[in-house]
Amino acid sequence: MAILSDPPEGPFRLSMLLSDTRYRSLTLQAITALVLALCLAYLYRNISTNLQAQGLSLGFSFLQDPSGYDINQRLVEYTSQSTHARAALVGILNTLLVAVLACITATIFGVIAGVLRLSNNWLVSKLMAFYVEIFRNIPVLIWIIIIFTIMTNVMPTPRAFRGDAATSSMLFDLFAFTNRGVYIPGPGFSNPFFASVGMNWLLVIAVLVGSFFGARAIGTWATKIQEATGDRPTTWYMILGVWLLPVAILLTVMGLTWDIPALKGFNFTGGIKIGGPLIALWFALSIYTGAFIAENVRAGIQAVSKGQTEAAGALGLRPGRIMNLVVLPQALRVIIPPLISQYLNITKNSSLAIAVGYADITATLGGITLNQTGRAIECVLLLMLFYLTASLLISAFMNVYNASIKLKER
Amino acid sequence: MAEAATMQVSDEVAVTINNMNKWYGSFHVLRDINLTVNRGERIVICGPSGSGKSTLIRCINALEEHQKGSIEVDGTLLSSDLKNIDKIRSEVGMCFQHFNLFPHLTILENCTLAPIWVRKTPKKEAEEIAMHFLEKVKIPDQANKYPGQLSGGQQQRVAIARSLCMKPRIMLFDEPTSALDPEMIKEVLDTMIELAEEGMTMLCVTHEMGFARQVANRVIFMDEGQIVEQNEPEAFFNNPQSPRTQLFLSQILGH
Repeated sequence: MAILSDPPEGPFRLSMLLSDTRYRSLTLQAITALVLALCLAYLYRNISTNLQAQGLSLGFSFLQDPSGYDINQRLVEYTSQSTHARAALVGILNTLLVAVLACITATIFGVIAGVLRLSNNWLVSKLMAFYVEIFRNIPVLIWIIIIFTIMTNVMPTPRAFRGDAATSSMLFDLFAFTNRGVYIPGPGFSNPFFASVGMNWLLVIAVLVGSFFGARAIGTWATKIQEATGDRPTTWYMILGVWLLPVAILLTVMGLTWDIPALKGFNFTGGIKIGGPLIALWFALSIYTGAFIAENVRAGIQAVSKGQTEAAGALGLRPGRIMNLVVLPQALRVIIPPLISQYLNITKNSSLAIAVGYADITATLGGITLNQTGRAIECVLLLMLFYLTASLLISAFMNVYNASIKLKER
Repeated sequence: MAEAATMQVSDEVAVTINNMNKWYGSFHVLRDINLTVNRGERIVICGPSGSGKSTLIRCINALEEHQKGSIEVDGTLLSSDLKNIDKIRSEVGMCFQHFNLFPHLTILENCTLAPIWVRKTPKKEAEEIAMHFLEKVKIPDQANKYPGQLSGGQQQRVAIARSLCMKPRIMLFDEPTSALDPEMIKEVLDTMIELAEEGMTMLCVTHEMGFARQVANRVIFMDEGQIVEQNEPEAFFNNPQSPRTQLFLSQILGH
């Protein structure tokens, strides 16, 4: 850039700190930094004098004390004798569990509803508009409570499954829907060799990862054939086979057994229990955020100008191909950034778990642990740190994806 | 122009439009359009804005639906049958006022997309065809750039090359130079003239009267959804019959 005309010569005057563009921004930054430092100093002094006055001190050793409370929904071993740190870990895993589940289902709901809202079918598009408006305009806390209330009141108690005059029965004798939650069969492995190794699930995951690359290889192969001959071979059955066969063989070798839930005493035992609070929270977050995602998807598709569809159509491409090859690649640029915000919202809104007694990190560390130990500052600091880390990680991950699909221009 | 006269027009019919009518809601956009285009013919359609000229050529490749009458392209009757629409669209190429290149694909990919997915041409062959036509519009060196990196005139020439890659027998142009700077108009018109000289059947909505004089063998004037007048360019410009045509010509040629 060309330089402005030579700066006028002259002595430095104090007023130039505010009126001269060369110094102005520096002056303002210095003032801001000073004000910020003063605020922090005030807060620090305030905390330290108040803690001193009450004879308290900051410290995190309480995390090693036994927690003394039970958590019914947990992904790792935990008893009331475990430490507060362990309780926090259970909470973190529960938060991540519901956040990941809700992100996946909200995306599915959102994409379906967003695409269908643009449908030419009047009934379908109006139904989707109705879904979006109803769910995004009522607070998610209310949805959580509504779904939880319906579940606990409408679903049968375990007692209803018992006796000769049972009023409820298990679906296919495998699934039990009760007001305490849903019981589903849990997988187990009977082959003694694999059971002794204790890495069954790692093996399954490894095979699935292998299948993923196998499926990708088939895609690359199909593209190569297409480039050479013009015809793209049909691959869906090969891809299906690559996904299903290896896992099926592995599971058979490991001796897959299903632990089927059964009524014992007053409750169901065996299998996997998906607690009512988890279901209510998961479902509410999914449909609520799904409504927002639907609008993002719709906006993204509509942001691609009609001329693009017309040009592709004029070249003879069919509507499905136009969507995949022309519209979606451009729409994703518009959809991804707000989608990141929605994923962050799900993660943070999952703290509403406390309303239905789901033991997420806010309920364990920020609820019971905080109340029992009185370590409010430490607990809240840790909570903030966790949510901040989780959110920044999601953000970073999605931004990398976003950068990879960015439009190249100039 | 002597040159234009040498360009061959055969007796074979390329497009027949019979008594075609179209409404947007209650608005009658096209009224009783009758038009026959022979193979090799180059037709320029002009008229005031809103007269239905763009709608007319967009009906020919089914970008717009007509409600009454019939359109026949290369012997295929345009109906709501997807097969017929596919067939017609693969015979008819189209260029738009705003180019409508695909911004997420390179110039080369823009040109090979349809041949690969519609014609099922092997990629290598499709690329060779694309390079051939990019050379023809004189921008082979831009093949690996993105549309956003090109000037308007270059983009429109790519759009023409993209259409040609499908080897169409008829080309439709919808105000191809209206969004361009004066300097770029020439490069696009030169490309179109070259195309005309090769005997391509062309229907062109444009206000470039110089182009019409030089290339067209028929000029059609439309107003309020009707074909008001059609004639050879010489007669059309020098001796317009209807008062409406005279007024229009005096306005666009008068300054």
